[in-house]
Amino acid sequence: MTTELFIQYLMAGITYGSIYAIVAIGFNIIYNTTGIINFAQGEFVMFGGMIAISLLQYMPMPLAIILAVLITMLIGALIEVCFIRWLKSPSVLRLIIITIGISIISREVAVHIWGESIRSLPYFVGNEISSVAVFGARVSSQVFWVIAASALMVVCLGIFFKTTSVGREMRACASNRKAATLCGINTQNMVTLSFVLSAGIGALAGCVMSPITHSQYDMGTGLAIKGFTVAILGGLGSSGGAVAAGLLLGILEAFSVSVVPLAFQDAISIAILLIILFVRPQGLFGSKEAAGLSEF
Amino acid sequence: MKKITSKLLLAVVAVSLCVAPAFAETIKVGAILAVTGGASFLGGPEARSLEMMVEEINAKGGVNGNKIELIIKDSAASPEKAISFAKQLIEEDKVLAIIGPSTSGETMKIKNICQQAKTPLISCGAAEVIVNPVASYVFKTPQKDSYAVKKIYMEMNKMGISKIAVLAGNTGFGKAGKGQLLKLAPEFGIEVVEVEVYDKKSNDLSAVVAKIKANKDVQAVINWSIVPAQAIVPKNMRQAGWDVPLFQSHGFGNIKYVEAAGAAAEGIIFPAGRLLIAESLPDDHPQKALLTAYKKNYESKFNEPASTFGGHGYDAITILAAAIGVGGNDREKVRTAIENLKNIPGTGGVFSFSAEDHNGLDIDAFQMMTVKDGKFVAYTGK
Repeated sequence: MTTELFIQYLMAGITYGSIYAIVAIGFNIIYNTTGIINFAQGEFVMFGGMIAISLLQYMPMPLAIILAVLITMLIGALIEVCFIRWLKSPSVLRLIIITIGISIISREVAVHIWGESIRSLPYFVGNEISSVAVFGARVSSQVFWVIAASALMVVCLGIFFKTTSVGREMRACASNRKAATLCGINTQNMVTLSFVLSAGIGALAGCVMSPITHSQYDMGTGLAIKGFTVAILGGLGSSGGAVAAGLLLGILEAFSVSVVPLAFQDAISIAILLIILFVRPQGLFGSKEAAGLSEF
Repeated sequence: MKKITSKLLLAVVAVSLCVAPAFAETIKVGAILAVTGGASFLGGPEARSLEMMVEEINAKGGVNGNKIELIIKDSAASPEKAISFAKQLIEEDKVLAIIGPSTSGETMKIKNICQQAKTPLISCGAAEVIVNPVASYVFKTPQKDSYAVKKIYMEMNKMGISKIAVLAGNTGFGKAGKGQLLKLAPEFGIEVVEVEVYDKKSNDLSAVVAKIKANKDVQAVINWSIVPAQAIVPKNMRQAGWDVPLFQSHGFGNIKYVEAAGAAAEGIIFPAGRLLIAESLPDDHPQKALLTAYKKNYESKFNEPASTFGGHGYDAITILAAAIGVGGNDREKVRTAIENLKNIPGTGGVFSFSAEDHNGLDIDAFQMMTVKDGKFVAYTGK
């Protein structure tokens, strides 16, 4: 394999990986505060991209993206308030079924609003054929936007959870909900906030990846499966684990095309998911004790 | 007095009950189309074209005075749903004929069901296997994929291209196309040096493009699919700085893909029906009048560009209406009538069916096209 080809695979892998990682982080935030997997996470990504594309007719792109992220955050809040908040001590299984329902409804709403056609945001810099040379390999400039946006989100989230009081309250809620309530933390608001945050993250991801992958009303499902795989692989609840696992899976997928036919690319990620679930259910970077304590 | 009126009324009702069906029969036509889901860019325009045409036919008083009732079922491109809808349409709704499904994969699943139930099926799927071997009740309107392949290879011969890479989507259309590409290549002295199949949900193919680019023998790429990857492959190729000619299938005949691929779509060569270049056809071309009319009506009614796929739906209902005109509301007579239709201009070409040919189109139904300044234009060679 030449260096050029190696770099080309690597860059493709990092692109896939960053996208998977962001979706996985969205899973993790909600998992941490509620103990459930929000299967509508992929739909947040779709809403972000689609809303930004619609807004683009009326305003410049940076504004459209910011507004799309805000609107999606509002959708996230609405979903929590309408479907989750009023449930009294719901079981994990019931919550999961609800999120699956939300995901299906979101897709139906999207197909009625935007129709079934594929759309995309324009490239932030350059156009469809412009590319940047990296050690002889050529990659689209948008790839760097995806990587930068993912890195930025991870750093900002880290700061938010470690240093702000709201962030600390959310973490308290994550480690022990009952104790957090006893300390005077409004855990219900924390759950809403976690939906808002992960909706915002998903929406931003949906915007930066749209020029590369296109946006379509049913793009969420595929992303959710990959994001879920990565979240499990990295250890549920761990943001650092999600980034590492995302990159690992993305790079594995990219390099796999040189050995096995392309059609097996998805089979590889599903196989990894199954192996991890059998062999190391707490994930590569999760601790066994933490996994033992969680409800799911 | 009252009594007489009511008796009179009764008589009128009785008479009208007896007479009504004789002069105003409603003919039920079923349609199974992928209005939503991964193939919705096929099924959506097809369903809208059908609705538009049926409305038009009924507004004119129907076929021989009989109104057509269209029952559209959304299969979302799922073969399982197509099967159950086919059974439902045949057994419960007792339709005269079924139009669709949109995809070749679904069509193959219900081919036998329609054949056994002796219900005519006019498919909008492109794969040749639908009508080869011929099933007496199964027809299709899109041009055969083998003709598309031959048209591409003829162009390659002209351009002096002999070593190619083939990319295909893992849909029924992609698989059938790949089969034809590999089968027909030796006939034209073309060697396929790289073959890759990608998932229909793929959203970035830069890794596989890098792989085939590394094979220096490749002189041209054929990407055969109907999924969004048609816009992704050109982007990934051009971003990789690779400028060999890119050929795509007739599945590329939707301007939305050109928009999605943007600058990367420029120069893609593909065979397609003449709908895309209707305006620039010579006035005496047999399809010109109907193509421009369909395009104008569709675009003003639905506010979206007409695509060749919607045209497949248009052709299906046009053929069926013509056959109903001869055979009436009788499955067997309609089937025979379709086989005897000759020189019916449609969007995909001029249809002439026979007992052996259930597609009715020849290779001239295709025209090589390319993309220039974001628009489809006839390809005239370099």
